[in-house]
Parts: sequence; C-alpha cells; structure tokens
Amino acid sequence: MTTTEQDGRAPLRSVSDSPPDAAALARRVEEFLAEHDPAGTDAADFLRARFAAGLAWVHYPAGLGGLGAENGLQTAVDAAFARAGAPENRPRLNVIGLGMAAPTILRFGDDAQKQRWLPSLWTGEDIWCQLFSEPGAGSDLAGVGTSAVWDGDAWVLNGQKVWTSMAHHARWGIILARTDPEAVKHRGLSYFVVDMTAPGVEVRGLRQITGEAEFNEVFLTDVRVPDDQRLGEVGQGWAVAQYTLMNERVAIGGGTLPRESGAVGALAARWREHPEARTPGLHDRVLRLWVRTEAARLTAERLGQQQAAGQPGPEGSGVKITYAGLNQECSSLELELRGEDGLRYPDYTERRPEVEDYGSRDAGWRYLRFRANSIEGGTTEILRNVVAERVLGLPAEARADKDVPWKDLPR
Amino acid sequence: MSAPATPETGDLLYSDVEDDLRASVRALVEKQAPWDAVLRRTDTDDAVDTDLWKRLTQEIGVAGLAVPEERGGAGASWREVAVVAEELGRAVAPVPFLGTAVATALLLGTAEDELLASVAGGERTAVLVVGATRGAGRPVPVVERQGAGDLLAGTVTAVVDAVTADVLLVPVSATEIAVVEAGADGGGDGVTRTTSESLDMTRRLTDVTFDGAPARIVTGADVDHALQVGAAVLASEQLGLAERCLADTVAYLRDRHQFGRQLASYQALKHRLADLWVAITQARAVARYAARCAADGSPDLPVAAAVAQTHCSEVALLAAEDGLQLHGGIGFTWEHPAHLFLKRARADALVLGSADHHRTVLADLVDLPA
Repeated sequence: MTTTEQDGRAPLRSVSDSPPDAAALARRVEEFLAEHDPAGTDAADFLRARFAAGLAWVHYPAGLGGLGAENGLQTAVDAAFARAGAPENRPRLNVIGLGMAAPTILRFGDDAQKQRWLPSLWTGEDIWCQLFSEPGAGSDLAGVGTSAVWDGDAWVLNGQKVWTSMAHHARWGIILARTDPEAVKHRGLSYFVVDMTAPGVEVRGLRQITGEAEFNEVFLTDVRVPDDQRLGEVGQGWAVAQYTLMNERVAIGGGTLPRESGAVGALAARWREHPEARTPGLHDRVLRLWVRTEAARLTAERLGQQQAAGQPGPEGSGVKITYAGLNQECSSLELELRGEDGLRYPDYTERRPEVEDYGSRDAGWRYLRFRANSIEGGTTEILRNVVAERVLGLPAEARADKDVPWKDLPR
Repeated sequence: MSAPATPETGDLLYSDVEDDLRASVRALVEKQAPWDAVLRRTDTDDAVDTDLWKRLTQEIGVAGLAVPEERGGAGASWREVAVVAEELGRAVAPVPFLGTAVATALLLGTAEDELLASVAGGERTAVLVVGATRGAGRPVPVVERQGAGDLLAGTVTAVVDAVTADVLLVPVSATEIAVVEAGADGGGDGVTRTTSESLDMTRRLTDVTFDGAPARIVTGADVDHALQVGAAVLASEQLGLAERCLADTVAYLRDRHQFGRQLASYQALKHRLADLWVAITQARAVARYAARCAADGSPDLPVAAAVAQTHCSEVALLAAEDGLQLHGGIGFTWEHPAHLFLKRARADALVLGSADHHRTVLADLVDLPA
C-alpha cells in the first residue's frame, strides 16, 4: 500500500543549508556548465546530470531535480541554460507530464514513486499523458466509468478514454478510474499511473474536424496495474484529479503580452496587406475585435499583476472564456477578408500533427481548430457557472447525482 | 504597415492610498447623496448638488488631485482622479467632476496658475465649452472672435457641467482658448446659458450663447489632450456605474423568488451575470490603463483613452440595460434607481465621443485604415 509523504519519512537527501537565492543559482548553473559542455555532451546524459544537480526544476526538493528554491527563480535558470545552448527536455511534447503529472506525483506520490517517475519525466525520456475524459464523462468528469477492480495482486482496468493528447508518444498515463460503483460518484474514484506499453492498452488516433488526428482514444481491456502505481488512497481519486486539474490552468503573467498577439494579429496583418478587400462593414468589425483583444490583453496583464502581488483573483476563468471567443471570431472574420481564398483548405488528409505554433497554420485550419477552444479545458458554459457560483456567489446548479450510488445514475 | 509596438503596461492595480481615497468618497457620497436623494433632485431646478460638491472639494480635495502642490493642488495624479470618478459613477452623483477634470487637464498646460489653483481648491468651477459628444482625435469647432479679438460671438450647444460653472474655457483656435466669466444665474456679460431637460437627468446639458462676451485669450492650451484625459476619467466613471449595476442586480436576483426558486438559481440569468462580470473585469483593466497613461504622461494615452472609451461605454450600457431587464417590472418604475443608471450609461456612451468615434480615431492610431 502507498506510503505518502505525510508519513514523515526522511527526505531522500538532506540539505543542511538554506535554499539558494538567485545569485547562488546562477553560480551553480555556471559551475554545472563548466563541468558539462552542452556541445560536447550527449543530450540525455546532459539532462540527467542537470536533474541530478538539482537544476531541473529548482523549486522541487533536493534529490528530485530541485534545490527547494523559490518557484519564481526557475525562469532565470532556464534562460541561462538556453543561452548556453543546452539541450531541451521536450517541453512541448511532454507538456502533460511536466505541467500536470509531475506536480501530482510530487504531492501524492511516495518516495519510491517519486524516484521512479520524476527523473525520466523531467528529462523527456518518458512522455506522459492524461487519461481523464471519457465519451460519457466530459464536463462531468467525476462520472467516469472506467472500472478498476482488485484481483489479488493488481488492479484490473477496463474502459475507454478520449481526447488524450500525446497518448501515442506516451510511456505513462495518469488515469482516473472507478474502484467503487456502489459509492456516490465523487467518492468511488481512485487515481493510478498506467504503463502505456502494458498489454490491453490500445491507442487510436481520433480524427477531428481539421482532418488531422491530434488527440487519441485509449481503450483499456483487462489492463493490470500494480498497487504501487496508485497515487493517493483508494476512493480519494477525485481529490487527486482536482489537484492535477488545478495545475492545468494556463499560467498568466511574467512579462508584457505583446499588443496584437494571438488571433487578431493575423487578422490585422491581412487587413493591412489587402486594401482591395476593405469595406466599411468589415472595417468596423476588425476594429471591434482589435479593441476587445486589447481589453483582454490588459485584463490578463492585470491578472498577472494581481497574482504577482499575492492577490490571486478568479479572473482566470474569465480570461479563458474571452480568448476562446476572440480566437473564434477573429479567425472567422479573417476567412471573410480572404474572400475566395477563404473557401480553400490546404489539406484534410488524416495525419498526426506535431506540436505546433497555430500562427504558422492556414486561416481555415485555425478557424476550425479554434472551435475547440471553448470546449477543451473547461467549456465556456461550465466556466460561466464557475464565475456565477464562485465569484458572484449565486446558487449552484440543482443536482440529481448527490446521495445516489454511481451505478444508479441515469446515463 | 505593421503591427503597433507594445508600450509598457505600468501598474494596473489600486494602491493603498487609492483604496483609502475610495473609502472616503464612498462614505461621503452614500451619506450625502443616496440614490433616492439623487432621484428627488431630478424633479427640482437644482440640477447640481452644490453642497456635496463643496464637501467633496473642500473636505477631500477631489478637484485638486491631479494638480501639483506648487500649483495649488494635492500633488496626486490622474490615477486618483479615476478612482473618484468610479465612486461618483456608482452613485450617479450630480456634481461637475468630469467637467472639472477636463478643464484641469486643459489649464495644466497653460500659465493660468491663479485660475488653476482656484479650480483645484474648489473655490471656482471651470468648464471646457465644447459640445458633449465631441471626442479627442478630431478638431473641435471654435467660437468666433469679434472686434479687436477679445469679444466672442456664437453658440455652443449641449455642454456638460456648464450649469454652475463660474468660468468658461472656449476654444477659439487650435491652440488658443478664451477665458470667459460666466456670471451668476445663467449669464454674465454677453453670455447666455440655457439648461434644458436632458436624457441623463443627473448631468444636464447647457446651451451657451456668446454675444460680444469679453474674453481673455490664453495660449498653450491642448484641447485634444484634455479630451483624452477626460475620456480616461469617464471610462472609470463608466466602470463604477457598471459595477454598481451588477452588484444591485446580483442582490436583487438572490432576494427575489419566482416559481418557488431564487431567480439567481436560473442558469439563463447566471450566465448573463457571469458574462457581465467578465466584461467588467476588462473594463477595469482598460480604465486603469488609461488612467495610468494619463498619470504618467504616456505617449500611448491616445490609444489607451480610445480603447477605454470604446470598451467601457459598451460595458456600462450592457450593465445598465441588463440590470434593468433582470429587475423586471420594478426596474421600469420611476421609484427604482435602475433608470438613473440607464440614463447615465446611455448618455456616457455618447459623451466625449461615441464608441464609433473612438474606433475611427483608433484606426489611424494603430494603422488599421479604412
């Protein structure tokens, strides 16, 4: 059974001195680079050594890639390594691992689990994915039906997950599964780490409206998961999952957002480059979107300032609602400005896109892809409920799923 | 043809001093001008609450905030002026604060130190005599000079905050203004003021006619800059009004029950309020940015003011209109404050230039030509 960090075991490596400040970190990076020439060292070796030196994520504990330093000091360390031409740890491919799995393992894993998973996660040798959503559980994530049944020496998982980014690259997946269908739905869940190469795990590309398969469906058939791959207690999976999702929130702040960044940039560029397409009606619409984007930019800046001042506000949900709408409206209007060009589409062939910069993609592709912005990571409708209930203090939606065993809920 | 550069954002939060100032203004206004008192005044000929104005200027010093100490002011900045505007907006207080802000911005650029100090101290009020809907970024009409050039002739219609003004500042060329003594009770020498019923009962419009009015000509006045500063201040007034409308509506929907449920429990209504809240967070950000640009003399003020006016005009209007709608029948009655906010929001969306005016100005500023 799991031993959590709250059990008070001694840390893996004791550090007697206080956490390093910015200057001390800069010195350590310098010393590290003197010993490990980025140009002359194998990338994987370099990254493993950087992890061992505690310069991976400096706010993590010593022995787990960090030095217990302040979170805000990471940016300068990353910048110093980047300047020296150090290899990257596949941050975009492993965005789920670095952003969501790692903090959850750190918070809920025992020492053995941390040692087992965090080093190869940080170096990018192992990519992670998140197996949460199901065809029958999207916004209502706590309704997941994938079952985990104890079978003497392991949990046996059966079910179907969907919208799984990176599953086709992933070695490991974090998964929310139902261990007690008799319990009320939030209480019958447990949280595991699944070996994506284990027998019974099948990953299929899920073709989307752009023609590509950016996400996956993952089918689990009698997948055996040892108990030492459970994070948190049995029946406490919802709390662990909520912690994971808390880390999903887009980090805002840290420097000035450029004016005209995002979807309005392409729209404005098109307007400037094609005077022949201008009409008074289109002009007014372009200007309205420009103003709304500038307002959204300043709102995000203000939110960043509030967070930096230690006044975390609930504006994050609002910023997400706003940017989803702006992306959609700007890309839609851009197609209109393009006229006949707006009717063409580059390629509907089913393929696997690499992690990419949206700005480099065709206008038609962006128009289609941005439809998902108001669905993924919390639908706009759910976020409105969040604002109404948590910010404005309005009554919660009436619920039919309280005090009812999960197995008896209509579906 | 390129994307505009990104100016420094500056501080968009409220300082402790600003919070204290807000608390002082709110306490005074809630005591002196609750909405029912404001409503009662609209049925009288006393359009302006001169007693409240006296206390605001003399006890709190709201008219001198943006004026340096050595010129008779408090040595604060337009950021603090904007905070006061938020509070006066949430109370639709009938005082000449907006007009004073524009006049102050104008006088700060001139050598009229005596007049500036008396305005800052609240001993006199001054107003820029241009039509209410004139916005920055386009030339304002000038009043004709007669004779040796120190007599004025002409009419300017729909001037805001001119009802009780002691001094009229009249544009006579691109860089010159005429300073005219307004006189008491509607007119001084050669000046006739006619205040008419106005859509916004708490900020009435005045037509000003000059017929050989003696004037002193002052140079160095930047009318366009004054209108930009005014737009920034007005955006904060609109923000305060919108916040008030949202707060009142939330309170009402929590209190009122229909079909055996709190109105606030209906998702259709919750989502409208959530959207309004999101819009108000944006109004706060753009209004704060415009105020800080005015305070710091940022070259981005023309853009910031235009963005703030475009956005805050629409948000305040949305808040007032949705607020009235969500109050149902009671919101349509005279004895409920919703119409005070609606009328002010509707008027504010035209005052100092409509949203359309500001978008047109912005098109040139950010290189998105027609």
